[in-house]
Amino acid sequence: MSDEYNKQNTPIEAQSSETMSGSSGSTTDIDYVRPAELPEQDLYHGHSFITKWIFCQDAKVIGIQYFLTAVFTGIVGLILSWLMRLQLGFPDLVPFMTAEHYYQFVTMHGMIMVVYFLTALFLGGFGNYLIPLMVGARDMVFPYVNMVSFWMFFIAVCVLMASFFVPGGPTGAGWTLYPPQAILPGSPGSGMGIVLMLISLSLFVIGFTMGGLNYLITILQARTRGMTLMRMPLTIWGIFTATALAMLAFPALLVSCIMMTLDKLLETSFFMPAIVQAGEVLDYGGGSPVLFQHLFWFFGHPEVYIVALPAFGIVSDLISVHARKNIFGYRMMVWAIVGIGALSFFVWAHHMYVSGMNPWFGFFFATTTLIIAVPTALKVYNWIITLFRANIRMNTVMLFCLGFIVTFVNGGITGIFLGNVAVDIPLSDTYFVIAHFHMVMGIAPLMVIMGAVYHWFPLVTGRMLSEKLGKWHFWFTFLGAYSIYFPMHYLGFIGVPRRYFEMYDSPYVTSATGMNEFITVAALIVGASQFIFIYNIVTSLRLGKPAGKNPWKANSLEWLTSEVPPVHGNFGEKLPVVHRWPYDFNVPGAKEDYITQTTPPSEVINAEVEKT
Amino acid sequence: MSDNTLNNLPDGFKGMSHDMSSDQTAFKGVQWGKVMMWIFLLSDTFIFSCFLISYMKGRASTVVDWPNTSQVFSLHVGDVPVPLLLIAIMTFVLITSSGTMALAVKFGYEKNRKMCAWLILATAIGGLTFVGMQAFEWSKLIHEGVRPWENPFGAKQFGSFFFMITGFHGTHVSIGVIFLFIFARKTFRGDFDTGKRGYFTTMKSNYVAIEILGLYWHFVDLVWVFIFAFFYLW
Repeated sequence: MSDEYNKQNTPIEAQSSETMSGSSGSTTDIDYVRPAELPEQDLYHGHSFITKWIFCQDAKVIGIQYFLTAVFTGIVGLILSWLMRLQLGFPDLVPFMTAEHYYQFVTMHGMIMVVYFLTALFLGGFGNYLIPLMVGARDMVFPYVNMVSFWMFFIAVCVLMASFFVPGGPTGAGWTLYPPQAILPGSPGSGMGIVLMLISLSLFVIGFTMGGLNYLITILQARTRGMTLMRMPLTIWGIFTATALAMLAFPALLVSCIMMTLDKLLETSFFMPAIVQAGEVLDYGGGSPVLFQHLFWFFGHPEVYIVALPAFGIVSDLISVHARKNIFGYRMMVWAIVGIGALSFFVWAHHMYVSGMNPWFGFFFATTTLIIAVPTALKVYNWIITLFRANIRMNTVMLFCLGFIVTFVNGGITGIFLGNVAVDIPLSDTYFVIAHFHMVMGIAPLMVIMGAVYHWFPLVTGRMLSEKLGKWHFWFTFLGAYSIYFPMHYLGFIGVPRRYFEMYDSPYVTSATGMNEFITVAALIVGASQFIFIYNIVTSLRLGKPAGKNPWKANSLEWLTSEVPPVHGNFGEKLPVVHRWPYDFNVPGAKEDYITQTTPPSEVINAEVEKT
Repeated sequence: MSDNTLNNLPDGFKGMSHDMSSDQTAFKGVQWGKVMMWIFLLSDTFIFSCFLISYMKGRASTVVDWPNTSQVFSLHVGDVPVPLLLIAIMTFVLITSSGTMALAVKFGYEKNRKMCAWLILATAIGGLTFVGMQAFEWSKLIHEGVRPWENPFGAKQFGSFFFMITGFHGTHVSIGVIFLFIFARKTFRGDFDTGKRGYFTTMKSNYVAIEILGLYWHFVDLVWVFIFAFFYLW
């Protein structure tokens, strides 16, 4: 079918306007793919250690640099969460834990995990590594800018970490950094801590913009011959849409950071109303704290999808490869990703139901929020239908994918609770909210990251990770994460408030103490089990089973490089030519159970492949 | 990427959907750098929109009266205060520099190196004049006691927003001016004709770069028109 299609319908699908109306493309050849539009990319090849591994312009090395830096900050975030849990489960056990430190750890944990860990890992890490390989490019379109992007991110991380060591410590305003209290004395870290946080975020935005332009333009303008947008793996669609969201959402964060920095350093009153503190009238007056909330959440909600969409994309590919079946409803999946991305700009105020805005405003945002459930549920159904009657390989990657679906559905359903104003108001600022967003944008994307590492580790290093350790890692992580967050829903229902250092003698104490201890123990175990993962990675780097080419029998281009692991320039002499989508698994009539994207139609003449 | 690519395109949406569903590039015949600048400008538009919307919100919700802008921004000619005089000149200079930039792009593509270089230099000088006059305006307001944190004429948010937004825009203009001077030098030297490799990026120079810089410059002008309308005319 595809063969016939390529012959007959090329004018619309795969032929350029040039060949269409100009010279005749040879229409009789069923393997015909129109010629290259662009000359070979001009690449800078590093020769010294420094240009090859440190200030490197190769997107793959930059991806690994992003990955390692993000994982380092993630481990810091993990340790902070341990300290918080110890305080909640066993008060007074940690000797240096004061209320101030608790708030600082909450804040840094949140900001690190959302921005410096997940965003950097998905877009900087997986984006850099996979985009050029998956679309069949030699490198990102602006390798130099891409390198600067990483070093900006690195500086941003350094500034963030430096805030642990300044007088007063890091900011303790909560990851949302709401003014006025974020910059007033009385909040922990309201001196240098908050200033460094704002500077670090601004640097992150600048660095990300450089990277993001690369991702977008590589996908739009540097695909290989035959690679149409609708033949791209869903991973690329997810990263592409997430990057587009980031380019439009981060401006709001940058603006709010600049304005708050000025409020702090120059005593402007953008966000600061008239304030009496300790009997003294401050110089502030006339500003609007709610304005900050609007700016912050105009960034903050798309940020959720900046994390989630790459996860959606990657998990679709992992499921398809390891279930040996094409992804159900590819085009629907693409449009769902794009639709979720577009809708995510119209829902931000559902984070602000209790901020005192007009209730009708909340009603509007509740409606748009619930509309997002439609494309999201569609994706979940499609993943499940892909698994239905598939030839599933129950390996670590698949386990993590299944773990993702379960945790994501769980977090999505609690999202429907919280999206409704009337249900949200009693539940807001309780542990229910903590449970919801950790399930939906903490555990679920982490499951995908881990699955993706098990999946692509053979490509990056040429060696397989240990399956045995991987399964231990999965079960500890999955069951442990459930033990942490499932009871938190209940804590939320009985009204335990979030961000409280201690419950003192409140009525929650008796009913919540046991559960808090249980959650803390589970959190310690889950955190510790991540070191199985790290041990697995470190030992497999040298001792893992050699992977060889395309160990998973996948179809997409990253597995079809001339060498494994791929070298600078990615593909050998010639760029690959793409004839189909990456999901031709178990096609009736084909010799093998997979048909790579580069297999020309003439080689699979009897196979009933999909039209793509 | 021959010249007749555009002429051969099917009409309107048909052409667009055709390009979007084709392989390799979504925008046919458009250089990577140009797409990058357009997308960057879209992102930058969001930055300025956030600033201006915050300004509108701040102005709408302040409890103290907003100062009378035609009074605050007036310039004394002799003894007569002329409202908006300086700003009119500034706007005129900046928009004129957009014109010279457009001509520079035209002469660049015609490979008229000398003419192109002089026009880029003229644009740079226009931009520099603008920044200079902005510095003059800032110092005048500062002399009159306007600060980011206070304002003798009314609401203190006036000073805050004014210095922040014009400062952010002025930074854009200044960066543009720096690049214009660098590009003028490169053009005079003939880098765009010889395809000399960039010092940092090691990529070959091309006259397209002038058009890309031009896009940025026109954007900075366009933003100024909005800032002018919202700050000086409202």
